Amino acid sequence: MADITDTNVHTTTSATTRRPKRIRWDHIGDHAVLIAGALLMLVPVYMVFATSSWDAITVHREGMQFGFGDQLVENYNAALLEYGGFTDSVNGLTMLGNSLILGLGFAIGKIIVGMMAAYAIVYFRLKFATLAFWMIFTTLLLPLEVRILPSYEVISWMNLGNTYTGLIVPLIASATATFFFRQFFRSIPEELIEAARIDGAGPVKFFIDILVPLSKTMIAAMFIIMFVFGWNQYLWPTLITTDESLFTLVRGIRQIVQSYADGSETPDYGQAAALAIIAMTPPVLIVVFFQNWFVKGLTESDK
Amino acid sequence: MAQVTLNQVRKVYPNGAEALEPSTFTIPDGELCVLVGPSGCGKSTMLRMVAGLEDITEGEISIGDRIVNDIDPADRNIAMVFQNYALYPHMTVARNMGYGLKNRGMDKGQIAAKVREAAEMLNLTEFLDRRPSQLSGGQRQRVAMGRAIVREPDLFLFDEPLSNLDAKLRNQMRIEIRALQRRLGTTAMYVTHDQVEAMTMADRIIVLSNGHIEQIGTPNEIYEHPASTFVASFMGAPPMNLLEADAAQGRVTLKNGEVVPQASVNGHAGAVTVGIRPEDIMPSPQGDLTLDVDIIEELGAQRLLHGQMGGQAFSVAVPKDQEASTGEMRLALKPNAVHLFDADQGRRLG
Amino acid sequence: MKRAAFGHIGFPILLLLPQLVIIAIFFYWPAAYAVQSSFYAQDMFGFTSTFVGLENYTRLAGATNYVNALNFTVIFTVLVTFFSLTIALLLAVKADKVIRGAKTYRTLLMWVYAIAPPVAGLIGVMLFDQSRGNLTQFLASFGYEFRLGVNYWDTASAMIAVSVWKQIPVNFIFFLSGLQAIPRSVREAALIDNRSGTSRFWDITFPLLAPTGFFLLIINITYSLFDTFGIIDTLVKSEPGNNPLTLVYRVYVDGFRGGDLGGSSAQSVVLMILVLILTIVQFRFLERRIHYT
Repeated sequence: MADITDTNVHTTTSATTRRPKRIRWDHIGDHAVLIAGALLMLVPVYMVFATSSWDAITVHREGMQFGFGDQLVENYNAALLEYGGFTDSVNGLTMLGNSLILGLGFAIGKIIVGMMAAYAIVYFRLKFATLAFWMIFTTLLLPLEVRILPSYEVISWMNLGNTYTGLIVPLIASATATFFFRQFFRSIPEELIEAARIDGAGPVKFFIDILVPLSKTMIAAMFIIMFVFGWNQYLWPTLITTDESLFTLVRGIRQIVQSYADGSETPDYGQAAALAIIAMTPPVLIVVFFQNWFVKGLTESDK
Repeated sequence: MAQVTLNQVRKVYPNGAEALEPSTFTIPDGELCVLVGPSGCGKSTMLRMVAGLEDITEGEISIGDRIVNDIDPADRNIAMVFQNYALYPHMTVARNMGYGLKNRGMDKGQIAAKVREAAEMLNLTEFLDRRPSQLSGGQRQRVAMGRAIVREPDLFLFDEPLSNLDAKLRNQMRIEIRALQRRLGTTAMYVTHDQVEAMTMADRIIVLSNGHIEQIGTPNEIYEHPASTFVASFMGAPPMNLLEADAAQGRVTLKNGEVVPQASVNGHAGAVTVGIRPEDIMPSPQGDLTLDVDIIEELGAQRLLHGQMGGQAFSVAVPKDQEASTGEMRLALKPNAVHLFDADQGRRLG
Repeated sequence: MKRAAFGHIGFPILLLLPQLVIIAIFFYWPAAYAVQSSFYAQDMFGFTSTFVGLENYTRLAGATNYVNALNFTVIFTVLVTFFSLTIALLLAVKADKVIRGAKTYRTLLMWVYAIAPPVAGLIGVMLFDQSRGNLTQFLASFGYEFRLGVNYWDTASAMIAVSVWKQIPVNFIFFLSGLQAIPRSVREAALIDNRSGTSRFWDITFPLLAPTGFFLLIINITYSLFDTFGIIDTLVKSEPGNNPLTLVYRVYVDGFRGGDLGGSSAQSVVLMILVLILTIVQFRFLERRIHYT
């Protein structure tokens, strides 16, 4: 407000000396590029959302829609609550629950396991710490996809197929969180542990009283990244869960696509779009709302 | 209250580097002992070994009448103030100060009372509920001091506690720490690389270089009788002038042929190093020595004349009311101005 | 390790145990199993296996579909990496420049990160569908008949487009944070030394971004190789047929659909070696070169 008044006073008193404001074409160009980029990201998803409000016939005839239809509530209702749309024995709500279990279980499990291991490596004088370090960090080299078949064999051999354990634990077998916390712990000043030791804190006290409170932001950042990563898992859940009651939303997408491929009957596109929206909403919301933590976690983990 | 004794204490790192040669000394009860030396001289290592943060390779350290080699840092009844303060960033000032007491199992009321008492002593009362990040550098420094005081330790350990402060605050805290230590009467070890801090604060100074104790003494002894060229050049500002010279037939001759007065060599012959402090020599038309002045540095209270004496760098400090100009001038020594060192080892002669 | 690290023995082992047990069972065991299986041939029912030496590997070299997958993977990786990096860099440079709305642009350009690859693939399927896809219809108005799942290169283009779209946000986030890490004083010095914005970018900004760029290069190659599985699987509607496939997809197809444990394991081992080489390159050459560029 102050700015506007100032400018007014300025124009009335010395209108003759005031130079005309230059149009900054390069600024307009910058915004044009950014708006184009934003639309590139936004429009496809918007179309899915719009489509989720239409009946199957319209979509079948005309493809994805830009405007909104009148089937929004019906489609989401069906996608969430009806059985046997794309799958026979689960509805969207069950899949949502499974996705949550996978996302939370993976994120929490990984953070706990990773923090413990990183604490041991950074804060203890262990003879084989270097060996443990390399054993753990070799896992960063080979993603699950590379060793997918033998991993599957191991899980079957252990009778862990179609269990949450079999779904979650093998995904934890990569050291991203450990590496991240190791980097962070190393950046904590040396003197803190020295002061704490003089203050009489043992390993457990130091961890609980000092290290965990100090790591709060890092834990939050890691949680967001890991939750999204777990939620979005596709290949492993596809292999390990054949029992539909364990399907996650992302796994459920495969069923939609297969009903596309069959072509035997008109697939319910509106419902499919609704399910896709449901599958992306929780991770998108988390990333958008906690984007500062998320960006921090992402860019600092890999340095 | 306790005295600290190091008996043949040595430190060798796993990679074979010797950080500290076997060292022996005792700090009497209630004294403030400053360990001073350039970075990497082993002074911090020594302090950290006393704290129990660093393993002792050989030798024994005792605090009071107890050998502490195998005692956990928390059980040595010491307190340490770190260069970067090492305050717990997520705890309030009060919790920071009370954390050690809490770990000893002291009850809450007692902790609160002790924290309050220390806070009053350090003018921190109004900051007790703040976090370290909301405090200025000097206030953080005080909190670190407070954390040390509330423990009522046998021994204070200071690891360059003033290096992160600006010059003005450093001078002020120097006096405060000294006064506090006197008042509490607690033995203290104080590590610094700043010789002014060492001279002004210490009851006793230990000068270290390359893991080796060069000299132990009161500030006055160190200044008046430096045991080596290293101590001579490290302690005192501006540093002592060191000139190469030759001793023969009881006389010490500079490279330009001028004879250094006052120098008694007691039969020593050959190459020697002559040390003269800039403040121990003054311009005088009848002087025995010649200085070719290149640069005059104004310091306010005094001015420094930098130049060449017999082809070697030499500086003279003169009071501000004494006129000075570049070019040749004659200099005369004040009494007891000459220190002699052997040229190879740099040890003091006589 | 910290200078004043704790000297305990039992406790840290206890802390390490969960991680070590999990990676032993779910990483080292499967990895070793893959290496071992790659030297054996199993009968159709998996009852017996015989040592065949390097036969599984030599068989790979001669298999047309494997060589095709290899060729496609290279093309796919190069194109996805190139396009997602350049588009993201352009957007990041602009987002770093604008003052008004910077935060909003950042949000709008990064949120797609959270979308699962198969969901992105599903969007692709709906856009590129042969009869009703909106983009298919758009291309048809120019007289081009886009045939997803039928025409090899049409399918490939759809895969690349969706994969690029999905990867832009990650690259954007890293480039933007890399740009913001360039000290203000350096920018100001450049501003005084050089009046051309373009040459300032190439002389100052771009070299300072090199560490981020090289890091992202590796990340993008890994992404193209592995994380695009969900996109490819949905775009081919889980029916590989004659569609373009990447190496990882082949591992899956031959192992789970074809039941060829030995062949699939040999492919896994080849991929492992590939990733190892990539990592060594990253550590040996790139890291060293970029530090002070």
